[in-house]
Order: sequence, then C-alpha cells, then structure tokens
Amino acid sequence: MHGYANPTRFLKLARWLTPLLLAMGLVLVTGSLAWGLFVVPPDRLMGETVRILFVHVPSVWLGMGGWTAIALSSLAYLVWKHPLAAVAARASAVPGMVFTAIGLATGSIWGRPTWGTWWEWDGRLTSMLVLLFLYFGYLALSQAVAREGVSPRIAAIFGLVGAINIPIINRSVVWWNSLHQPPSITMGKSAIDPAFLVPLMVAVLGFSLLFGGVVLARIRALLAEVQAEARLRRMALETA
Amino acid sequence: MSSIKPKHQRIVLVSLALLAIIAAGLLAAWALRNQANYFYLPDQMMADPPAVGQAVRLGGMVAEESIETLDDGLTVAFVVTDKAEARVPVRYTGILPDLFVEGSGVVAEGSLGPDGVFVADHLLAKHDENYVPRELQDMAEHQGEPGLQDTAVGGE
Repeated sequence: MHGYANPTRFLKLARWLTPLLLAMGLVLVTGSLAWGLFVVPPDRLMGETVRILFVHVPSVWLGMGGWTAIALSSLAYLVWKHPLAAVAARASAVPGMVFTAIGLATGSIWGRPTWGTWWEWDGRLTSMLVLLFLYFGYLALSQAVAREGVSPRIAAIFGLVGAINIPIINRSVVWWNSLHQPPSITMGKSAIDPAFLVPLMVAVLGFSLLFGGVVLARIRALLAEVQAEARLRRMALETA
Repeated sequence: MSSIKPKHQRIVLVSLALLAIIAAGLLAAWALRNQANYFYLPDQMMADPPAVGQAVRLGGMVAEESIETLDDGLTVAFVVTDKAEARVPVRYTGILPDLFVEGSGVVAEGSLGPDGVFVADHLLAKHDENYVPRELQDMAEHQGEPGLQDTAVGGE
C-alpha cells in the first residue's frame, strides 16, 4: 500500500486506471438508467416515480462516500504526512459535493408526489443538508490551502471532524421518527423487490466507478498543476 | 529515556482526537433524541398529550377501515394507529396526497382539539421501506400474502 503513496508509481497506475474506470462507469450507468427508466415495472404505491430511485440512491451513497474518502485521506495525511493523501482528499470534495446536491435535488423532486412536500426538516433531510454545507466549508478551506498557503492540516482536521455527520445521516431514520423511510437494505436483507434491486445495484456500482474515475482524474490534474508550477518557478530562476 | 517515534505519537494523538469527536457527536445526538423527532407516535401522544392548540405532528399508520368522508365532502375523518395499538382520531379538510390510503403511513400537522380529536391542517403521506412492483402486489393480494402490508412506521 505504501508503494502507491509514491506519486510516480501512483501516476503510472492512474494513467490507465482513470479511463478504464470512467468507461466502465459510463457503460454501467447508461445501462442501469435505461433499465430503470424503461424496463422496471411501476411500484405498487408510487407508480412511475419509483424510477428516480436509480439516481437518488447512488447519488446520496456517493455524497456520503465522498466525505468518507476525505476523512480517510485526511487521517492518512495527519498520521503519515504524505502529500498525496492531502491531494486525494481535495480531489474527492467536488465530486462528493455534486453527488450530495443531486441526491438532495432528486429527493426533493421525489418527495413532492410521494409525501406531498418538497422539503421537511426531518432528521435525514436535515443531516444531508448539513453534509452539503460541510462540503462548501471544506472546499473553501482547501482553496485557501492552495491559494493562500494555509496549512493543509487545517483542511485535514476539518475533514476528519466533519465525518461525525456520516453515521448521524445513516442512523437518523432509526434514532428519530422521520418522514424519510427507515433503511430498505440492512445486513443481508432487502425490502426492495429484486425487480428494483438488481438495476439499483448496477447503478450504484456504475456511479461508484464513475466517481473513482473522476477522483483519479482530479488527482492527476492537481499533481500536474503542482509540477507545472514548480517547472515555471525553475524557469523563472534560470532566466533571472 | 525511551523516545517515542513522532509517527506513533501522531497516531495516538489523532486517535484520541477522533475518540473525543465521536463521543461528542454521540452525546449531541443522544441529547437530541426527543427533540429531533419529526413527529409523535400515537402512543407517545396518548401518554404525554401536547397542550390543546399547540402545533405538533402526529405520525403513524392509517387504521384499516377508518377513513370516512364527512357530509361536507371535503373533510375526512380517520384514525392513526401504531404498533402499540394506540389510536388517535384525526380530522382533516383539504386535498389528500396520492399515497394516503388505509394501512399506510401518514404524518399529520396540526393540533389536538379539546375533544381529543387531532385537527390536521396539513397531511403528508409516508412511504415505507418496501418497494414492490404493481403486478406482484396484485398477486400477493390474491394469495393473501401478509408480508407486503407491514409498514415500519417509527422504526426499530
């Protein structure tokens, strides 16, 4: 594992893994969404609106997964002080934020016909909105790290502290009475009929691969930026 | 004098900090356990009724064969129940959400009247955790399979 913390070796791996993940993710996402939109039968109560499931669930899953990646990378950065971990944390922030926003938007659109409301301050919805605001804060901090030379440790500590919201989101529908339904998929059991579950799993896998590909591409871009800056600085010194 | 490696020192520091954060988060969530409920369950409302006229939410299942439309054609009366078998009568005037059917979850916003009837001014339908295609639901009804009717209002 330590071997891949070496940027050169990591870049060698990322060069072929990035397009592979992106391509596989795109194929699976397209396939599962087409399956969900055109093949899956309507739900007994919700009817056709159940089809938003195939975007909503992968999005919120990756919104939470994005912050988990930030937290783990931040932990690695704080303990091992490896700069690549800080870059990985920064690279996960924007995709995680975008998926959180998509999850909130699709949930709101879904809530209108099923619950009869766009938004309610229930435990699950509120903790998910808090996650979006945490992403805003993290992005502002990591911009400050990149531009103003603030210590990357501050962003890492924020990433770690913010992770406390992840189990709260997960447990919110169990701890408190909420408008959002309790978990459908628990350890080895699913209250979702296979007709919905199989395309849902394919969609989750596809979106996750896409997410991984985007994060890798962003890590490469951030590393290239650092390299380009270093080269420019060297050139400036040579000409001076 | 034994010296601790800086890396190990950081691991200990970071784990201690993490433990403190998790403890703080859990304490906060625990302190919120009664305040952060989105609604009262019928047995919670029966055990500790809110003041008459105080705005609260009541959540539970619409009892089977309890929905009746009153004479004005707009007001519906029904009973909200839960696993504890507590029953709270509710009255609501207005347009009903699509998912509002007997045996499914509902959240009513309103207040308790002096006669013990909960007067709702807003109704939200609650979806349960089951996703079942329509064709299968019809089959299950014909075979009298009970599993599909379970609604986990209130959670475990």
